[in-house]
Amino acid sequence: MNDEPRKPDLATLAMKAQARELNFFYGAKQALKSITLPIYDKHVTALIGPSGCGKSTFLRCFNRMHDLYPGTRYEGEIRLQPDDVNLLSREVDPIEVRMRLAMVFQKPNPFPKSIFENVAYGLRIRGEKRRTVLMDRVEKALKDAALWNEVKDRMDELATTLSGGQQQRLCIARALACDPELLLFDEPTSALDPIATASIEELIHELRQKVTILIVTHNMQQAARVSDFTAYMYLGDLIEFGWTDDVFFRPQKKQTEDYITGRFG
Amino acid sequence: MAIAAGLRQTIARAKRNDVLFVALGVAALLFAACTFVALFIDMVGDGAARLNGDFFTQFASRRAERAGILAAWVGSFVVMLVTALFAVPLGVSAGIYLEEYAPRNRMTALIEININNLAGVPSIVYGLLALGLFVHTFGLGASVLTAGLTLALLILPVVIVATREAIRSVPGAIREAAYALGATRWQMVQHHVLPYSLPGILTGVIIGLSRAIGETAPIVTIGAVSFIAFLPPSPVSSSFPFLNFDWLASPFTAMPIQIFNWTSRPEEAFQANASAAALVLVAMTLLMNALAIWLRYRLRRNLNW
Repeated sequence: MNDEPRKPDLATLAMKAQARELNFFYGAKQALKSITLPIYDKHVTALIGPSGCGKSTFLRCFNRMHDLYPGTRYEGEIRLQPDDVNLLSREVDPIEVRMRLAMVFQKPNPFPKSIFENVAYGLRIRGEKRRTVLMDRVEKALKDAALWNEVKDRMDELATTLSGGQQQRLCIARALACDPELLLFDEPTSALDPIATASIEELIHELRQKVTILIVTHNMQQAARVSDFTAYMYLGDLIEFGWTDDVFFRPQKKQTEDYITGRFG
Repeated sequence: MAIAAGLRQTIARAKRNDVLFVALGVAALLFAACTFVALFIDMVGDGAARLNGDFFTQFASRRAERAGILAAWVGSFVVMLVTALFAVPLGVSAGIYLEEYAPRNRMTALIEININNLAGVPSIVYGLLALGLFVHTFGLGASVLTAGLTLALLILPVVIVATREAIRSVPGAIREAAYALGATRWQMVQHHVLPYSLPGILTGVIIGLSRAIGETAPIVTIGAVSFIAFLPPSPVSSSFPFLNFDWLASPFTAMPIQIFNWTSRPEEAFQANASAAALVLVAMTLLMNALAIWLRYRLRRNLNW
């Protein structure tokens, strides 16, 4: 960020995850080309780039969403710390990966169940049955997602009756309820109006105190506003990565500069 | 800017075609509706006089004025029960498997084509299959169980197709939401896909059953009796083990068979009975369809995607 006094030395920062030489294929088509990228602990990393550059594909590698569809293939590694497990390994169960990472999608996708059940769902499939524990965790998650005051008196109402911005914050609460180690956002505001967008951005900015965040955005101002680090991708390649203000104000590559300044993309 | 006269003419012609199509559409609709209404009024005229309490509580009789449809409607009811008991679990599981689990390959494509074709197979063919398989090979006889199984086979494709349609209407984003939280495939199906597609599945099941209840050919083929003066034994009894399954092996008759039997009699009075019974059958079908619409409306209210 602009107003940050001094940036710490990268070598002193803890890493939450790292992609190494990551290739990804849809059938014969290669969508990601040898991506190596660090994700620093308790920081926000933004992925930017024009449509089709592979930023969402990259994000969805982290929680193995591609495993759900036939004909997809990973090569390389994504190492998650502190246990240095390769998330993409055949021996690692994608269900376990998804239990450690959480994801918020492009369009709010609450379940057509009550507000309470939406937030409690992740805990329920983790085997939590005690009503009091569920209530406490749901309340905490909703507070962290800045939604508690708006919904505390209507926990049994259908989640689909909420406004778009509230639905997206509900989805964030649903993700937070299970204490994820890494929170993935896939263009979380692209279906929202400017006011709802502002509240989500504020939330992301606050959440980085508690959780590591990786966010895909098509909106460069958003990346500049919410992130500590920015990665610029183009056609499956990682072009540039660095502190967000460096990428925006002192880009190393001509290509990045052209995209940032709007000459292209 | 002025509009050229030629363009005006083109617009006028296009509008004329619009009106023409609406007229054709309304005519087609009226033709269908009027045919049904005329039939219905005719049936009411012939049969309404016979519709009293006794008609529902009397067995068939040689004397038209004492004949009733007790055995027929009870028979239809228990047969439908057996049909639903077999067709629903089988059809719904098959639908779930095909939609959520089966790999997309040549084998499943072949199965899909076959299921769609089965929905168009004439019902008499199912009757012949049942006669060979259930009646002769398995030795189940012309029983409630045989009829229920036969009609279950008949509506199985309807239930499978309806289940798949309903499952397909659940958005992919909802599935991904569940998976992203760490749900297994079965948890995703059990907690999300099934509950959200229930309205569609139920509608399909009821539409299937309302087709089955009017089917005559297959149950005539398996040898349902048309004159019967007793009911299947009760499924519950007062002594241990309280449940019995003798009713499954009981001979039976059903509404369409009763109607068919009465229309083939020479006496005028039996024709009135047939009309009255047909009226009851139509009412049963309409009621089931109404139930399907109501269920869909009620359960769908929560699902606005």
